[in-house]
Amino acid sequence: MSDWLSQAEWQAVVLSLRVAFWAALLGLPPALLVAHALARWRFPGKALLNGVVHLPLILPPVVTGYLLLIGFGRRGPIGALLEDWFGIVLAFRWTGAVLAAGIMAFPLTVRAIRLAIESVDPRLEQAAATLGANRVRVFATVTLPLILPGILAGVVLGFAKAMGEFGATITFVSNIPGQTQTLPSAIYAFLQVPGGEAQALRLVGVAVAVSMTALLVSEWLARRVARRIGQDHGGRDA
Amino acid sequence: MLDLRVRHGFDGFTLDAGFAAADGVTALFGRSGSGKTTLVNAVAGLLRPQAGRIALEDTVLFDSARGIDRPPHRRCIGYVFQDARLFPHMTVQQNLTYGRRFAGRGAVSQSRGVALARIVELLGLGDRLHRLPAALSGGEKQRVALGRAILSDPRLLLMDEPLAALDEPRKAEILTYLERLRDETRVPILYVSHSVAEIARLATTVVLMDRGRVVMAGPAEQVLSDPDAAPALGLREAGAIITARLEGHDTDGLSRLRSPAGLLWLPRVDAAAGALLRLRILAQDVMLATQAPVGISALNVLPMTVASVRTGDGPGALVQVQSGDMRLLARVTNRSARALGLAPGQAVFAVLKAVSVARGDIAGALSGPAAPPPGQADILGS
Repeated sequence: MSDWLSQAEWQAVVLSLRVAFWAALLGLPPALLVAHALARWRFPGKALLNGVVHLPLILPPVVTGYLLLIGFGRRGPIGALLEDWFGIVLAFRWTGAVLAAGIMAFPLTVRAIRLAIESVDPRLEQAAATLGANRVRVFATVTLPLILPGILAGVVLGFAKAMGEFGATITFVSNIPGQTQTLPSAIYAFLQVPGGEAQALRLVGVAVAVSMTALLVSEWLARRVARRIGQDHGGRDA
Repeated sequence: MLDLRVRHGFDGFTLDAGFAAADGVTALFGRSGSGKTTLVNAVAGLLRPQAGRIALEDTVLFDSARGIDRPPHRRCIGYVFQDARLFPHMTVQQNLTYGRRFAGRGAVSQSRGVALARIVELLGLGDRLHRLPAALSGGEKQRVALGRAILSDPRLLLMDEPLAALDEPRKAEILTYLERLRDETRVPILYVSHSVAEIARLATTVVLMDRGRVVMAGPAEQVLSDPDAAPALGLREAGAIITARLEGHDTDGLSRLRSPAGLLWLPRVDAAAGALLRLRILAQDVMLATQAPVGISALNVLPMTVASVRTGDGPGALVQVQSGDMRLLARVTNRSARALGLAPGQAVFAVLKAVSVARGDIAGALSGPAAPPPGQADILGS
């Protein structure tokens, strides 16, 4: 362990990074699908889907966490099934923190990717179709490369949100040091005990550093991608 | 052969059109809003018509009665859009070969195997292959779009006003490439345009559309020289297409051409002696005389016969004259037509100033397998 962070502090930082990493990664495929559906498909219930996806953004996080507990707790309908069939337990485990953070980050990722998809000219996708590409190939060869910057932005945003998630996480998986105590939970916990301000401040510093790094890396990646796909000079072919 | 009949209504507009297009270039002509693009999109599969049937050779692409609607990627139809629609993240070469990855997968493809190198050379893109579209000029973009469509190995090429977004010099440049493509690949082309000049240069067959309906269809020479088509084409643009063989160049800068109605002299034409040329002669450049004119500066005087006279509401009349299967259109005033007593069957002399045929209205005539014999240009009308 390093000199400037105690073991408990390190555990919180590492756990948060791990939770945020998995939350952002596992959230990406469904976010891509939902964003594409919202941007391009026409189907009944689209407004409902849009509402459900955005719900975590507007609900108090505690409510989201409580709903997760009801649904994914060991006695909840989904939680019980997961445990019976796959032996997976989410409540009060770090995997549950991934689920909570992932759900809270989901709407932000979807929004970023949806905006990117909407900015792709559908006429380019039509052109690809007339050249013989089916829908999956059109997406893989035309849409996807053009929305890469948006995807990166969405993932980083999701990662940052997952890093900072507090309300839903603490409600669903509690605040068990070494198991479910993420960075924000640890900061909160240190602030509850007298003389914990110094520890809390150190963690605040870490949180700021991680968030800033993520942001800078994503900006840099997005610029590289934009240069590679030729969008920085002249933009899309009108 | 493309055979279609499509009905589609939207926003108070009804498209109800049908025609059959043989090989060569079939031009869809009409004002904007006449339903040309809707029709072409239906052929490509980008728009699902409310009713109708579209068949290419013996493959049914769409049939509302039988519930057939082949998706665009399985139609093997290339589409050149007005805006080139190149993929901005791919180089010229990647754009050109994009359709190649999927060619031959559709059930309809016959894989004609057009070689990339051949097309690159034909379109003069050799030194642009590794550029991104953003670094290309408008004309170059459209050339890449043409090549990309051809290289996807289509059974039919659709072109929706591919020149409309270009300035005049670029238009002339692309027209030359289009003629090369038409003559060197055997892919039938459905060409949408509202420029009579383009159609006169390229088309084997012309389909005239007005307010969602086909008003006339037939071989280009016939339709363009038909006085009844003139209102739809625009009077200023009305004019016949004739085919003439270049016999040689005279020392005073004129070229001598042999037309079915007699010899023609035109300002020097850039072609080798013996070449078969296609000329567009505007109706407003043709004068008529009932007797052989003497003491006249115009070099070209052709003995012909009046085929029809069409008088409209205005002061002008359109007179179609013919000699054998060559037809010319002359725009004269009603007063002159009355004074000369012009009537079908009457012998007249068509007078044409040598300088009035514009360079852009001279093109190589359709040759080789791309041009079907006249009887094969099979048009059903609507």
